[in-house]
Amino acid sequence: MVEFALPKNSRIVTGKTWPKPEGATNVRKFQIYRWNPDDGKNPQLDTYFLDMDKCGPMILDALIKIKNEVDPTLTFRRSCREGICGSCAMNVDGINTLACIYGLDEVKGDVKIYPLPHMSVVKDLIPDLTHFYAQHASIMPWLETKTNRPAKEWRQSIEDRKKLDGLYECVMCASCSTSCPSYWWNGDKYLGPAALLHAYRWIIDSRDEATGERLDELEDPFKLYRCHTIMNCAKTCPKGLNPAKAISEIKKMLVERHV
Amino acid sequence: MRFLTDRKRAEGRGAAKAGTEHHWYMQVSSVGLAFIVPAFIFVFGSTLGGSYEEVTATFSRPFPAILTALVLVFGLQHFSKGAQMMIQDYTRKSTRKVLMMLVIILSYGLTAYGLFALAKLAL
Repeated sequence: MVEFALPKNSRIVTGKTWPKPEGATNVRKFQIYRWNPDDGKNPQLDTYFLDMDKCGPMILDALIKIKNEVDPTLTFRRSCREGICGSCAMNVDGINTLACIYGLDEVKGDVKIYPLPHMSVVKDLIPDLTHFYAQHASIMPWLETKTNRPAKEWRQSIEDRKKLDGLYECVMCASCSTSCPSYWWNGDKYLGPAALLHAYRWIIDSRDEATGERLDELEDPFKLYRCHTIMNCAKTCPKGLNPAKAISEIKKMLVERHV
Repeated sequence: MRFLTDRKRAEGRGAAKAGTEHHWYMQVSSVGLAFIVPAFIFVFGSTLGGSYEEVTATFSRPFPAILTALVLVFGLQHFSKGAQMMIQDYTRKSTRKVLMMLVIILSYGLTAYGLFALAKLAL
């Protein structure tokens, strides 16, 4: 349900201000959301200063520098550092993105970093993606076939393969789903842009033989039709994909089944 | 505390196998209303400031009367379904059910009231 204010124990308070690096001339201020489930305190916004002459160009570089040189307790997910694994998704300067491919030069002024919005927080910048992954699993993200397996391979024309472009590249970072107000208010039932984009990826796959069943499972006022095509998902996707278009295509296919 | 698996929570009660007709109705009625509402505003506007006889004479003609009836029926159905979507978005549980019932009652009530008024003018 829509919430206009954070619960009392989730309200962010001013946190610790860490000292500026000595002798640095090119200093930048970072304000980072911190929350520790073990201390029972409210979340806080800690302030860090970094010497930008000794820092890499990306948001993730700055976070790693803070963790290595200033505050080793700062917690965040990261792995590939090249926009493939989707681990380092977070809210930077009000935009859900991947910290590893978002440049520090893209942020004007102080850098504010929060976890992905409207998700339970495990610690600091780590959101709980359990439900998000379960929703992804629920759309059966694999090839479903009924025909006996061919001797060599499931064949696909070049034209049909092209239909998967713009869909298969999704890295499940959850930036899109957590930018969607419908997912904020009804995330328990609404599948969200990421899961629906993946659903469409398998619906449109010429080799998949469960198209009808897949559409049946999506035909629901909450699972699918909470999308009102406001396009936040497409605007924020760090991979440049368009989940809103995929959702519209699913709706078109369902209408074509009826009309 | 309920010991449900993550998958069980995500699956919920499965798909309702509904929603497409609602979606299609909203698409079609949006296009239809984009044409008939401006025409209705033009007809309605032309009667403003007129005498009772002039207004009844206008709404006694087939085109203004049918146009007004269409706006009442389809406009309020569109309102009803749109408001239901908004209620589904922002409310939950009993509040959702009560508000949806109220919106349905309100839209049918306003439609009946409007059609009665139109019939009184036109007939």
